[in-house]
Amino acid sequence: MTQSVVVQVGQCGNQVGCRFWDLALREHAHVNKKGLYDEALSSFFQNVDSRRSDGRGCGVGGRIQHLKARAVLVDMEEGVVNEILQGPLREVFDSTQLLTDVSGSGNNWAVGHMTYGSAYREQIVDKLRKAAEHCDCLQCFFLIHSMGGGTGSGLGTRVLSLLEEEFPEVCRIVTSIYPSAEDDVITSPYNSVLAMRELTEHADCVLPVENQSLVEIVNKIKHMSHGAKPGATIRRDSTVISGQGGLSGAEKPFDAMNNIVANLLLNMTSSARFEGSLNMDLNEIAMNLVPFPRLHYLVPSLTPLYTLADVNVPTRRLDQMFSDAFSKEHQLIRADPKHSLYLACALMVRGNVQVSDLRRNIERLKPSLPFVSWNQEGWKTGLCSVPPVGHSHSLLALANNTCVKPTFMELRERFTRLYRKKAHLHHYLNVEGMEQSFFSEAVTSLSSLIEEYHHLDATKLKLMPDAPRLCIAT
Amino acid sequence: MSVVTVQLGQCGNQVGHQLFDVICSDAHEAQRIYSCSSCERFFYRSRQGELVARAVMIDMEAKVINQSLTKAAKSGRWKYGDTSYFSQKQGSGNNWANGYCVHGPRHREVVEELVRREVERCDRLAGLMAMMSVAGGTGSGVGTYVTQCLRDIYPKSFILNHLTWPYGTGEVIVQNYNSVLTLAHLYQLSDAILVHENDTVHRICSQLLNIKHISFSDVNTVIAQQLGSVLQPALTADSHGVYSRNPLGELVSALACHPEYKLLSVSSIPQMPSSSIAYSTFSWPGLLKHLRQMLISNAKMEEGIDWQVRPLAGSERTRSLTGPSFNTSLANLLILRGKDVYSAETGSFEDPALYTSWLSSGEAFTLWKSPVPFNKYEKSATLVSNSQALLKPLDNMVGKAWNMFASRAYIHQYIKFGISEEDFLDSFTSLEQVISSYSQLC
Repeated sequence: MTQSVVVQVGQCGNQVGCRFWDLALREHAHVNKKGLYDEALSSFFQNVDSRRSDGRGCGVGGRIQHLKARAVLVDMEEGVVNEILQGPLREVFDSTQLLTDVSGSGNNWAVGHMTYGSAYREQIVDKLRKAAEHCDCLQCFFLIHSMGGGTGSGLGTRVLSLLEEEFPEVCRIVTSIYPSAEDDVITSPYNSVLAMRELTEHADCVLPVENQSLVEIVNKIKHMSHGAKPGATIRRDSTVISGQGGLSGAEKPFDAMNNIVANLLLNMTSSARFEGSLNMDLNEIAMNLVPFPRLHYLVPSLTPLYTLADVNVPTRRLDQMFSDAFSKEHQLIRADPKHSLYLACALMVRGNVQVSDLRRNIERLKPSLPFVSWNQEGWKTGLCSVPPVGHSHSLLALANNTCVKPTFMELRERFTRLYRKKAHLHHYLNVEGMEQSFFSEAVTSLSSLIEEYHHLDATKLKLMPDAPRLCIAT
Repeated sequence: MSVVTVQLGQCGNQVGHQLFDVICSDAHEAQRIYSCSSCERFFYRSRQGELVARAVMIDMEAKVINQSLTKAAKSGRWKYGDTSYFSQKQGSGNNWANGYCVHGPRHREVVEELVRREVERCDRLAGLMAMMSVAGGTGSGVGTYVTQCLRDIYPKSFILNHLTWPYGTGEVIVQNYNSVLTLAHLYQLSDAILVHENDTVHRICSQLLNIKHISFSDVNTVIAQQLGSVLQPALTADSHGVYSRNPLGELVSALACHPEYKLLSVSSIPQMPSSSIAYSTFSWPGLLKHLRQMLISNAKMEEGIDWQVRPLAGSERTRSLTGPSFNTSLANLLILRGKDVYSAETGSFEDPALYTSWLSSGEAFTLWKSPVPFNKYEKSATLVSNSQALLKPLDNMVGKAWNMFASRAYIHQYIKFGISEEDFLDSFTSLEQVISSYSQLC
């Protein structure tokens, strides 16, 4: 069994991360009835015996002593991390896993990336190495950060390139929270575009999540639970938006939104944590979904998202889950994959679902989904037998789809609007190591990415002839 | 004589486990000679008297091997050798290159040692059977590498590869690349390549066996039963009433008579849910009539056979891939098991019109028989065929991979581990050659 390390950077990264650890603990508590430290647990937690002085974890098979998250928490303010350390999850983290400063990055990518990146480089690498040393077979780093601010976006992407330098063999999957257009951080377009270039160059996969989509999903669920029709109530113990039953007490404003992202990570890692009839390893994600190195942005969608009360799931409901995964309302960015072009698509299913259910639904949905000509059968599937707590099954779809293009174009436009007037530029250029060329290079990188998607989009409705086959002289 | 099985990757280990289970449950109290002969082939007795499979399990992750080990031990009837498996912690990530260039060479010595130990345990080695899928990374990549090592160490032994071909869609996106690389390499190494297609077997499960929610274990069971009916002891024409000694050698010599033609497909009859058997009667003429039509119309199931397809006279023979689908054979091996087997009339399989013109039907057709019924059917027939049956799926596979290759999609993932574009081109070329040879079979 392999292990993964979660690196959470900045306020948003840490908040989402904590929701992930909360839910993961809850999920394991539900499955692991014997209190033994098993392989499933070992993938994201180490078991530390406080009596041992060397701080190394115990092997798989013994009783659970003290679970410590395989995580590195980085923030350049103290607020969020301190809150975690005073909250119910404090036991899961060790002071050696944390790195904080007091003054914050002032919503400035350059401060995070350059100033803090250089100042804390050694310490960050040290903490990453420690986390890696605790792993038996390290497979994957999950980086969680936001794109709009200074720390998550600047230092987060700096951490990403450090990961590439230090652990070139280990897969890097990044969950990036994109700011909404009405973001209160004025410089968020700068920060996002500067960060995008780093993501494009150094990540194996990026799961873009838009703040705006999360807001819409949460509002819709709230609306449903208030004005509910009889019989259509939201499940109380659903983990999708509610933290109930988890460790944390009162819900905080962003908890519902962060929970959705945490669920995305939970489902993506389920196959690595539990058994199933069709394992899907984490390194298979990039292998199957990334046909060209730079086009590694995978649009996530989660179902069930708007959970209804009934647990007894007739076939129709199961099929509905598959249909939902392709609808606009279930995407975690504001995009419509059905009307764009699929390069590849993965379905990660949890719960009591059989191959035949998968096959039937792929057959059913295929005609309505446009796939690129050379990958008409671009489906990758995984079956994990352990469902999320409170559900009988769930589905996470990851789509490499040109529908990310509008999001990126919108971002570029907001960037250009600022950049044309050179607004706020001096804040960045004052930072040591920052040059104006970073801006132009970042936007060029983004433009060429958009261009690549555009190029593929152009093939969409055209009938592409098959490549002429090699001929054998007879 | 004994067969050493090498199970590779998730699929190989699951199908392999089912195969041993099928074979073990086929022991008959009343048929001592048959059972002993079968047992010698696939099992040995440990000091404690348990039946132990002559198998080596190899995977780059431990989950499936552990499952198979436990399931076998739990059955109480047989088990795997305590130390005859090798697993690692991290899979090959669906990447053939990772399996073939990295994992394979890295673990070469351990794997060779495991196989050598099983081989030395055999009084007489009939050959080696490597079981794997072609879609993923470990079965296909490590499997190809291990087959290559086996060929080096045992240059004169028979090596049969049992391959599971993936569903057309949905398992692994790069499956066609992995399949092309695997097949092209194995074609140089293996004596014969026995193929099961997941899509076909899936249809058998749903249409013939009426299984509602088909799981991988259902699919694997059907594959294992078909394989079992091929590999279990049978009487051959020249074995003079004694169960044949070398299933692999005789299979290869009956079917793979030309290095250009190595792809074997299997079909069985009858296949039905256990609950219906009691209400069915089987007659040899009926079974064989269906099986023959399945062969020439290239149907893998007795349902939906096209009865219009007839062998053509020499002059009318078609050369096209898409024409009326008469399936020309190079060689066929028919295996009959069950009651009154000696009265079965198999002349219809010896019709020269079924075969290529350059091989006489006497040479092209082989018959094995056993009076012992197999797998709950009073009478059953299995046909292993070296014919055009796999031409279409192979052509599809190569075509799809080639299309992807034309846009160079995913190639960077292979280059990362040391497989170049030229390696791909070589593999494409050699498979186009195979396709061309099979399509000219008439």
